[in-house]
Amino acid sequence: MRDELYQQTILEHNRHPRNFNKLEGATHTAEGYNPLCGDHLWVFMKINKQNVIEEAAFEGSGCAISKASASMMTTAIKGKSVDEAKVLFREFHDLVIGQLKPDEKPNHLGKLAVFSGIWQYPSRVKCASLSWHTMNGSLEKKASISTE
Amino acid sequence: MNVQKVRKDFPNLAIKVRGVPLVYLDNAATTFKPEAVINTIDEHYRHGTSNVHRGVHYLSEHATLAFEGARRKVRKFLNARSEHEIIFTRGSTESINLVAQSYGGTFLKPGDEIIISHMEHHSNIVPWQMLCDRNGCILKVVPINDDGEFIFGEYLKLLSPKTKLVSVVYVSNSLGTVNPVKKIIEAAHAKGAKVLIDAAQAVTHTAIDVQALDCDFLVFSGHKIFGPTGVGVLYGKEELLNEMPPVQGGGDMIKSVTFARTTYNVLPYKFEAGTPAVAEVIGLGAAIDYVQAIGLPAMAAHKKELLAYGTKMLSAVSGLRLIGTAKEKTSILSFVIEGIHPHDLGTIVDEQGVAIRTGHHCTQPVMDRFGVPATARASLAFYNTKEELDVLVKAISRAKEIFHA
Repeated sequence: MRDELYQQTILEHNRHPRNFNKLEGATHTAEGYNPLCGDHLWVFMKINKQNVIEEAAFEGSGCAISKASASMMTTAIKGKSVDEAKVLFREFHDLVIGQLKPDEKPNHLGKLAVFSGIWQYPSRVKCASLSWHTMNGSLEKKASISTE
Repeated sequence: MNVQKVRKDFPNLAIKVRGVPLVYLDNAATTFKPEAVINTIDEHYRHGTSNVHRGVHYLSEHATLAFEGARRKVRKFLNARSEHEIIFTRGSTESINLVAQSYGGTFLKPGDEIIISHMEHHSNIVPWQMLCDRNGCILKVVPINDDGEFIFGEYLKLLSPKTKLVSVVYVSNSLGTVNPVKKIIEAAHAKGAKVLIDAAQAVTHTAIDVQALDCDFLVFSGHKIFGPTGVGVLYGKEELLNEMPPVQGGGDMIKSVTFARTTYNVLPYKFEAGTPAVAEVIGLGAAIDYVQAIGLPAMAAHKKELLAYGTKMLSAVSGLRLIGTAKEKTSILSFVIEGIHPHDLGTIVDEQGVAIRTGHHCTQPVMDRFGVPATARASLAFYNTKEELDVLVKAISRAKEIFHA
């Protein structure tokens, strides 16, 4: 038997997503789309001169997994530096593909560890990682713009 | 037809998934294969392996006979005039692409119009868009109503002397709608347009007579009619196929080859370059035998009962909305549930052994038409039972509990 995917935290974030709005004055915006299932969301961030993510938000539509993941991500990265967010992205990525076992290795995931069983649902991994890839993509894009 | 008896013909129906008996309700995606088909393919590989149309040795003659025997079965199954009209392809998609590239690429000119419907599978949209990009043709789309029915009056308005080709689905894979193809074909012919019928979902729904329909092309896939994957059929009227150039060159499709000049083989081989899917074609022949032994009318009668029962049971679920409520429909039940995304529903019912499809079913324009990102779809075959639909409904209740929906 696989671990229960729909844990209370996920269901709760799906029902009451945090930071579920368009962010006025966002410095970073990116669109994430999974053509396979139609999940479609936008991630907004306000990053200050000290490279700290002051605000993070999202909007769009998708399944409970993608929505809860986006909700928890925006909560987790708020107040973090860009570098910290990138570390978190890497850890979350490893978590959802089953390569990081939160009990076995020190990490910064905290509540995000609720997604630790999702690797057992291969068709749903992308649902959990969509918002994270979108967020990371917008950071990368910013980086490439700043080097021009 | 005794359902419990026919279920024994399909070993895949008897498996357990996640510790519980499988309830397979994804037959519009692909169907299970009866022992007769599995054994035919097994026998070919164990004792009959050979290429076809080539050797003079025993095995090659034997395989060629079986291969061409399957073509005869398909001809009879569709009531085509001649075996020359039966081209083996990889599936419906390849069949449509073949017509788009060969017929469309040769005979359609800039400004010519192609008509499809709003309920087409992507495989009956994209090949025509690609053709339009290349040839400067124009794609027109017949709208559908809120029940998911083809709006015939709008179709008549789109038809004009500019219409050169109409390509429509017989039975919609995401809505279950059965289209009035005979009327569609007659109206197109009255304007001088050719018609392609996508019969991928129709071949298990009703007997098809291409002469009575008078369609110019018709396509279907082996794996949706209890046959193997990797094989499909293109039916085309012989006079049209004769005028059409081959799309692939290679072995088997030639009469003679020199560096100066190559002449093409006769039909149907002109369109069958390279070694065909020999085992799969022979397996398709066995699948058609199987379907005919059970009988399409008996299958249809059982599926009609299942559809009525499933419609009743699902309609009773609060917050459930059926997508596709055509008067003429086959046993496909697409739906959405308030407060539960189809993908979450699919995962939860899967935990209880129920296999349904969730997503856009390769019909994104249909999803847009109904304002949903995706649907859940239970598609029923003649081997499904009312008890299995009960399991589905129970699994949906479980999902509603989890989601408080």
